[in-house]
Amino acid sequence: MKRNQMLIPMPLRYLINAVLFAAFLWIMNSLITGGAISRYHSGIISSIGISIILAVSLNMATGYLGQLPLGHAGFMALGAYTSALIMKSAAAAKGLESALGASYAAYFFPAALVAGGLAAALFALLIGMPALRLRGDYLAILTLGFGEIIRVVLLNIDNVLGFKLTNGAAGLQKIPTTTTFLFTFIFVGITCFVIHTMMKSRHGRAILSIRENEIAAESCGISTTYYKTLGFVVSAFFAGIAGGLYAGNVGILNPSSFGFMKSIEILVMVVLGGMGSMLGSVLSASVLTALPELLRSFAENRMVVYSLVLVIVMIFKPTGLMGTYDFSLNGLLDKLILKLKGGNARFQKGGPDE
Amino acid sequence: MSLVISQLINGLQSGSIYALVALGYSMVYGIIMLLNFAHGDIIMVGAYAAWFVMVRLSLNPVLAIILAILACTVLGVVIEKVAYTPLRSSPRLSLLITAIGISFLLENLAQRVFGAGAQKVPALISGPAIEIGGQRFSFIAMVTIVVSVVSMALLTFLVRKTKMGKAMRAVSEDMGTAQLMGINVNLTISFTFAVGSALAGIGSILYSCAYPQASPTMGAMLGLKAFVAAVLGGIGSIPGAMLGGFCIGLAEAIVSAVGLSVWKDGVVFAILIVVLVVKPTGILGRAIREKV
Repeated sequence: MKRNQMLIPMPLRYLINAVLFAAFLWIMNSLITGGAISRYHSGIISSIGISIILAVSLNMATGYLGQLPLGHAGFMALGAYTSALIMKSAAAAKGLESALGASYAAYFFPAALVAGGLAAALFALLIGMPALRLRGDYLAILTLGFGEIIRVVLLNIDNVLGFKLTNGAAGLQKIPTTTTFLFTFIFVGITCFVIHTMMKSRHGRAILSIRENEIAAESCGISTTYYKTLGFVVSAFFAGIAGGLYAGNVGILNPSSFGFMKSIEILVMVVLGGMGSMLGSVLSASVLTALPELLRSFAENRMVVYSLVLVIVMIFKPTGLMGTYDFSLNGLLDKLILKLKGGNARFQKGGPDE
Repeated sequence: MSLVISQLINGLQSGSIYALVALGYSMVYGIIMLLNFAHGDIIMVGAYAAWFVMVRLSLNPVLAIILAILACTVLGVVIEKVAYTPLRSSPRLSLLITAIGISFLLENLAQRVFGAGAQKVPALISGPAIEIGGQRFSFIAMVTIVVSVVSMALLTFLVRKTKMGKAMRAVSEDMGTAQLMGINVNLTISFTFAVGSALAGIGSILYSCAYPQASPTMGAMLGLKAFVAAVLGGIGSIPGAMLGGFCIGLAEAIVSAVGLSVWKDGVVFAILIVVLVVKPTGILGRAIREKV
């Protein structure tokens, strides 16, 4: 009983986390704008943030929901192209910049990102509805196929439409590079917050129950199809947002960067970190994104290493490095307060708790 | 008219390859409920084995065919023993992720060893075109169709009439009960993988006759389409896999004939979506009631 008691009230818990996150953002941002962190390194930090969003969102579908979507890169591509096209047309409209000043990006970029996320979510809904109605691995196959088809469509859609939209194999170029550290990590925060609170809510509990036992969940009156689709669509939505951030980070989009390899890379992050652990996803996304940049020899062999990691982790430690453990700062504070208040509270109550 | 027939034959040819691969998926799925993603890559290994034997060792095609099929069979059993057996009691998701990992590992190892480019596989089977009623049919297409139909018939015989086939059916019905009845479950599952992989080996030979090159990623799409064929025909059903394979092959041939060959992958997955919406058990599949 006592161990689960929350000594810090709920609003305060959110406040503590929000203040700490804001402090982190402020410190890092002033380091970057102040020039203490080079442009090259801040680019890597942004791509770490993007990987975190991707891994956390895939963790929602794989770790919490127990499904295996293999087309996460496809949803990322959808978001990337959607937001890139919006940003390009916004940049092309000359009036905007004079009306809103140079900071027009600050107004348009979040909207473009959300549009990208919505585009991904829409397609996830279209795929999820037929596949998630059934038990089994149909979602894996469909999303795997979908990821490939998105690539083919992006390559060939110009021939069908008759005008330039995605530029085919040459790719979209001169996308305004509006992704900054601040934008990326604000969205990282939003992603983690939304998925965390969702998993703590009634809907999240329903999603977890489906992972544990679908038949039992259904017999408890949980609409499994609805919740599976919900989890999958939310996961795709954030993948779309990550795609938009990616587009703004690199400035050039090419269909070949959203292949099956990318989907597997994200899956490795989730599996290695521990399916069902947000902290695990964040950590392994950070490490696996930074490592190829720091170690060139690792970058060459990384695909072989990734596939070995998948197999070895599954055979020897299927829960991943973190398992389902999630760090909670306030939980730690609770324990500390309990300790500081002294054991006397516990002594008075006597044995049953211990 | 002759164009229609030749497109039909093309469709049947690629359809029979899909059917052979689909059988492997279907058998493995039927017995341990695993979507064996590595199955497509076994085909890739088969094609490389044939290429290696013929080009590097410069042996004759018959030996290449036998060694390629043998390589596939051994690889299939090794994968099952190393990667899938330790996970038999773990959740489905772990098994699926392992299968993805193995598939990815094979692709990347092939890329590191043989290079990312395609290798040209010399002709394994050759013969004069056959003329029936004024219509010329390519020899390879005929061989492909005949070989796959014969393999299918042999497999049906194996599953229906032999003792091992009976064991396979029993294990796929209920693994625990089968074990209680004195069936060696491990051996039966390994045998299933061996048969499925041998069929993939035959498929890889026929595939490299039709498209004479080996590349690290050739198996991925082929495997996926074969899985769609297995689902379309009804997973777990041998005639279903054949029917599904022919349907997918013909659909692709029709799409290519209309001039939309770029979109043929899309059409295959559209078929999968339609099947999942309309009849998830497939054409010849039977609904499996889930016991609680």
